[in-house]
Amino acid sequence: MNTVADVISAACLIAGSSLSLIAAIGLVRFPDLLARMHAGTKPQVLGLLLILVGVGLRLRDWTDLGMLLAVALFQLLTAPVAAHMIGRAAYRHGTVREDTLIVDELTPALDDVGKG
Amino acid sequence: MTIVIWVCAAMLAVAAALVVTRMTLGPTMLNRVVAMDVLIAIVVAGLGLEAALNQHTTTLPILVVLSLVGFVGSVSVARFAARDDKGERA
Repeated sequence: MNTVADVISAACLIAGSSLSLIAAIGLVRFPDLLARMHAGTKPQVLGLLLILVGVGLRLRDWTDLGMLLAVALFQLLTAPVAAHMIGRAAYRHGTVREDTLIVDELTPALDDVGKG
Repeated sequence: MTIVIWVCAAMLAVAAALVVTRMTLGPTMLNRVVAMDVLIAIVVAGLGLEAALNQHTTTLPILVVLSLVGFVGSVSVARFAARDDKGERA
């Protein structure tokens, strides 16, 4: 039983670390802020969750599982909010590259608001 | 198990080096904030790996605190990012 849990835990840890590495590579190679933000939030959060699952399977104690669950919950709640705030700030400051956007729904919406 | 954890630690170290590269290059403050977010997540992952390796739980509260403090940091920087850094555009 413990061996099975250890093996699953090892698989989760490796998958999580690989996702962290992928996120870091994306952060270096992607051309502009929104793409980098995509790399920085989605693979990173999934990677962290996998690592927490791996640690939980290795520790096997209810108190620790509760704390790991709290970390996972905070991460799931805060990562989208932080990404949203950063994206909004970048757009307002005009540091988003327009030529890499395929769809831009915010500019027309803001124009409509401006017309009143 | 030990080998697996060392392989994971190596991957995380490379990831952290790449993230620090991005943080150094910039080019804007918001890019650095995104990089800092990822760096904090990598630190949390590294502490978790260490806890899994030695099977102790002393670092788990640090994980909770880090995941909250990182959020507050990036949101406040995004909220109060200086509007006049015209010199550095992405």
